Amino acid sequence: MRWTARDARSLGVGLAYLAPSFLLFAAFVFIPLGRTFYLSFFYTRQSGAISAFAGVDQYVDLLTSQIFHSGLIATALFVLYTVPAGIALGLVLAVMLNQRLRGINVFRTMMSSTIAISASVGSIIWLLLFNPSLGLLNFVLSLIGIAGPQWLIQPSTAIIAVSITTIWLTLGTNIIVLLAGLQGVPEEIYEAAHLDGAHGARLFTRITVPMVSPSLFFLLVVDTIAVLQAFTQIHLLTRGGPVDATRALVYSIYLDAFQNFQFGYASTQAVILFVLVLALTLIQFQVVERRVHYQ
Amino acid sequence: MTATVATRRRALRPGRVVSYLILALVAILVAFPLLLALSYSFMTESDIVTFPPPVLPVRPTLANFMTVLDTIPIGRYLLNSFVVSSAVVIGQLLTASLAAYAFSFLTFRFRSLLFFVFLSTLMIPWEATIIPNYLTIRDLGWVDTYQGLAVPFMATAFGTFLLRQGFMQIPRELWDSARIDGASSFRFLRSMVIPLSRPALATVGIYGFLSTYNQYFWPLLITNQTLMRTTQVGVAQLRFEESARWGVIMAGVIMVAVPTLALLIAGQRQLIRGLTAGAVKG
Repeated sequence: MRWTARDARSLGVGLAYLAPSFLLFAAFVFIPLGRTFYLSFFYTRQSGAISAFAGVDQYVDLLTSQIFHSGLIATALFVLYTVPAGIALGLVLAVMLNQRLRGINVFRTMMSSTIAISASVGSIIWLLLFNPSLGLLNFVLSLIGIAGPQWLIQPSTAIIAVSITTIWLTLGTNIIVLLAGLQGVPEEIYEAAHLDGAHGARLFTRITVPMVSPSLFFLLVVDTIAVLQAFTQIHLLTRGGPVDATRALVYSIYLDAFQNFQFGYASTQAVILFVLVLALTLIQFQVVERRVHYQ
Repeated sequence: MTATVATRRRALRPGRVVSYLILALVAILVAFPLLLALSYSFMTESDIVTFPPPVLPVRPTLANFMTVLDTIPIGRYLLNSFVVSSAVVIGQLLTASLAAYAFSFLTFRFRSLLFFVFLSTLMIPWEATIIPNYLTIRDLGWVDTYQGLAVPFMATAFGTFLLRQGFMQIPRELWDSARIDGASSFRFLRSMVIPLSRPALATVGIYGFLSTYNQYFWPLLITNQTLMRTTQVGVAQLRFEESARWGVIMAGVIMVAVPTLALLIAGQRQLIRGLTAGAVKG
């Protein structure tokens, strides 16, 4: 590992090409991440300036806070309601779209159209659908004899309403990823299974699901992370309420930092968010690595 | 042989019709909220409040769009969003091309380590850094400015990763012969690598545009003045100000969503490549 003048020069050239990205990452990712950790150990004034050292006091406050507990429950429910249903629905639709039919691309574009729809546009449309008097949702439910709830006013249904909106918003991505996975399954495997007498549901559970399991796992992690980061739907549909029923992690950060101006306390929650996302990403790397190893 | 094929084709026909019917029904259901928004944007307020809730406009009208134009500066919002999104795309293409080039064609010490540092930014959720970033932008005096909205997003690890994949498809011999001809490494990037990587650049560009245009949280924090709002924040404001007039709100929603839907139809192939890059390997 001796350094020659050439090594130094090529490193210099390499760094010059990387410098623009690195400066931006330093300014807006790495240093802020460090500052988030730092702020989480301090009390802050309204201006964001540090007022006193807090040590781990804010972490203790947070972990013993009733509001934070209900927020964590809301986040967990939100993940539970959104991710499995969204992936299952995406898989069913992707299988339907994986047929060889003339004009299938029109259907593919229509069903994946939500990839271009922003969370704010989607949320506003669903706000209308959930409207108890004008919305179509409760009217359709009344046709099959169900009295639709006041979706956004009851805590138990508000989280479901936010979840339905989120499932719809992520459906396009789920379909595209799963369709790509399905198209990677060799035709011969299906033919062989057919010859062995596998049909319908059996073909689906024994061949399709195992063959796209890498895509399913990828979506499991990516969709969970996306739900942990959800903000727009909550801001537009429920504002974290009623009674903190939809105060998911990022919305709680927003309220404490930008409504209550407790930047230090909000930073402790940002640290928790970072740790959760990091753990999920590392799990994903582990699994992907193992899969590659088996091959 | 021909006869069997023909019989089989005929035998499949009813099944095929059923397939199309199911697909059409499901596609309409999935796109229903969007189609409904489109339909409502042409409805009069008196139609909207009838029961049962209407699906199609009885007397289609453009009045809602006129009201949007009169109520909020939507032209300005669209301009703001286009300026910011374009700036982010240009910034990302520049920074990511340079970095991807270093990670694919140049050899230097610590290259893998530095690449790992790049990729590590993908594990850091933006919301975990949003408080210090807000304080930075505020202290720079960049609140209510285009640079405040755009500059934090001008570097992209994901885009660098995608471009690197594209660059690595370029034959190594081209690089060797260019070096023998005495071309500088920057000239090789500009005159060979960039022109040969248009599809990958298009993917990064479309992806960057869409995700910036659709941002909500950051522009909500960084803009206070009405005239600096982006489309997403502006249309949400319409929802709070016009809480009862759904025709007007949906007209606003459609005006905001049309550019992204157009981009989806024009750049579908590139977008799909971007979305599946992380999921499907080998």
